[in-house]
Amino acid sequence: MSTPDTTEPMIVFDGVEKRFGSNVVLKDLHFTVAPGEHVTLIGPSGSGKTTILRLLMTLEQCNEGTISVGGRYLSHEMRGGKLGPPREKYLRDVRKHIGMVFQQFNLFPNMTVRGNLIEGPTRVLGLSRDEANGRAEELLDLVGLKEKIDAHPTQLSGGQQQRVAIARALAMRPDVLLLDEVTSALDPELVAGVLKLLQDIGDTTDITILCVTHEMGFARDFSHRVMMFDGGRVLEDAPPAKLFTDPDHQRTRDFLHAVLNH
Amino acid sequence: MPLWDWNYAFEILPDLLWALVTTIEITLLGSVVALLLGLVFAVLRRLHIPVLDQVLWAFIEVVRSTPLLVQVFFLFFVLPQFGVTLSAFVVGVVGLGVHYATYTSEVYRAGIDAIPKGQWEACTALSLPRLRIWTGVILPQAVPRVLPALGNYVISMFKEVPLLLAIGVVEVVNEARELGSLTFRYTEPYTIAGLLFLLLSYPASMLVRRLERRRVHA
Amino acid sequence: MENLPQIVGVLSDGLPETVIATLGGVLLTIILSIVAGLLLLSSSRTVRGVTRVYVEGFRGTSEVVQLFWIYFVLPVLVGFQLLPLFAGIVVLGLNHGAYGAEIVRGAVRSVPRAQYEGAIALSLSPAQRMRRVILPQAVVEMLPPFNNLFIQLLKSSAILALITVPEVTRQAREVLIPNFGADTLLIFGVTFVIYLVLAALITLVMRLLERMASARLGRRPSRAARAAARAAGPTGTEGVAV
Repeated sequence: MSTPDTTEPMIVFDGVEKRFGSNVVLKDLHFTVAPGEHVTLIGPSGSGKTTILRLLMTLEQCNEGTISVGGRYLSHEMRGGKLGPPREKYLRDVRKHIGMVFQQFNLFPNMTVRGNLIEGPTRVLGLSRDEANGRAEELLDLVGLKEKIDAHPTQLSGGQQQRVAIARALAMRPDVLLLDEVTSALDPELVAGVLKLLQDIGDTTDITILCVTHEMGFARDFSHRVMMFDGGRVLEDAPPAKLFTDPDHQRTRDFLHAVLNH
Repeated sequence: MPLWDWNYAFEILPDLLWALVTTIEITLLGSVVALLLGLVFAVLRRLHIPVLDQVLWAFIEVVRSTPLLVQVFFLFFVLPQFGVTLSAFVVGVVGLGVHYATYTSEVYRAGIDAIPKGQWEACTALSLPRLRIWTGVILPQAVPRVLPALGNYVISMFKEVPLLLAIGVVEVVNEARELGSLTFRYTEPYTIAGLLFLLLSYPASMLVRRLERRRVHA
Repeated sequence: MENLPQIVGVLSDGLPETVIATLGGVLLTIILSIVAGLLLLSSSRTVRGVTRVYVEGFRGTSEVVQLFWIYFVLPVLVGFQLLPLFAGIVVLGLNHGAYGAEIVRGAVRSVPRAQYEGAIALSLSPAQRMRRVILPQAVVEMLPPFNNLFIQLLKSSAILALITVPEVTRQAREVLIPNFGADTLLIFGVTFVIYLVLAALITLVMRLLERMASARLGRRPSRAARAAARAAGPTGTEGVAV
């Protein structure tokens, strides 16, 4: 797997700090992600990995520093040559280019599978119902659930729900896709299918993907880069071949040892 | 004529406060009826005694689904025909008490239903007598946790007392009406009456809410 | 018993007023509940504060006082008198709307945070999030307590008798008691039946709505929710802390 060229970064974290009350979750964080790059974030729980995805989805706001996606600030809004707090309208515009798949799927139970898939495209992107439907069918075909289009989310298994959630995120044609422990809530026998689907999506699209996972095998095959987090900082940032076989830090070695022997 | 006459307001205040005492008396006596009778209803229904169970169910449904005012009229006009003549005050206490007993019985029931099955089984394992199970184990656990909900019903009863003016009970609003009819000034009496209710029931409901929160977090 | 036809006739004459008062009150209650309920969730302190004053003001005072105030005091202040039935509907709506606001607020807050996040991740606007995702789910939670609230409202409509609205209760008290003094049991028996039937109709409609709303969420209507609503105190949302 070759690393895509890194001329103009897709994601930039510049001196980001995030606190919850007095608890500092991320400290002076700097990193960039290139367009089309697949980056996996690993590390012990509470190390701030999920917070990074939530900051990118604007579910949280950072306390210090700036975050930008596709050259536009996400944490701030440029108004009259000055950086200020972002307004909802501006955020919505930047957000359109970012999709997220959640650990607990978060499908809308008041809509069918079809409803979940066309909601964003019709209401946010302004697609016609026909276009959105076409897109929905195509994506359900991709995730292998074409026959479930008129089912209710509650009628689906966890694995099926997560496939629908992946399709829902893709229906927005995002530039950046955030995967937040997408297999953690699934029964073990369903995990492989979902990971295979993600691998296919990674191989066939040029979406920039940030992924938090405990599936180290998947991280190794899927990622161009793996970032090891500890205590709100990037401890180590390397291609998977290097990080998984010959990490620089003892802390990384201990973590991998603990996870792989779990 | 000014919209609001302070002198007049202060002049009528003592009479209104005096009538408020009657309102509070009816509320408290009615609460005693509602809290005790409701508990009896709840326990009786839990025992599932044939016929009595259905009769109680029907009684509770009828009382819950029909206006308190009609029930008060019923007690006031129908009972005397069967030789039972109650004063308006007593009709108020009984009417309010029985009406709200059908509500409190549901509250008690929810509290009783929430006691884990293991508690009943432990009672059986200890061969506790029936009465002791209720008084020693079930109710001491069930009642405290429903106190806030019961408190809310007491506050509701307080606010419903004024409809007893329809049978001539001189509570706050009736007093306000009479004061108003003497002077043709209704603004002050009714406004003060409203404020008196707010003054008592708002702090009371705050208290209940605090109790509720303590329970939830406990 | 020979007076039964007349008694039923006189009480039926009051039926339109009772039904209009109840339906009007329910309509106003729904509107006020949703508006005030959402305002209680506003991010602005001022908006929340003003709405609180409405909610606590109406929940904290007696409905009879509210009725007399609007019927007897308001005309002095504004210079014109409301029709009794109209004044009654306004009070029924304002009073029960204050209770309903808490129901709406509680139901909206009970929708899991994850649903908001899912909606944000799809870039839905705040209004779209509320209308398309949150409210449809919250409605299911609201229906059982609203069923109780509407029956309360039906029962409250009897106090309109106190301001001369010729509804069922006033017909019984003012027309029948003076004329058929020997048949009091029959008079109030029939009156009870009328209210029971109306209450049953409300429950029927609400159950139907409940079933429809649940089906949209792919759920069955929850018995537990209904039992909880029944046991809940008059504040509605908190219920019994079990």
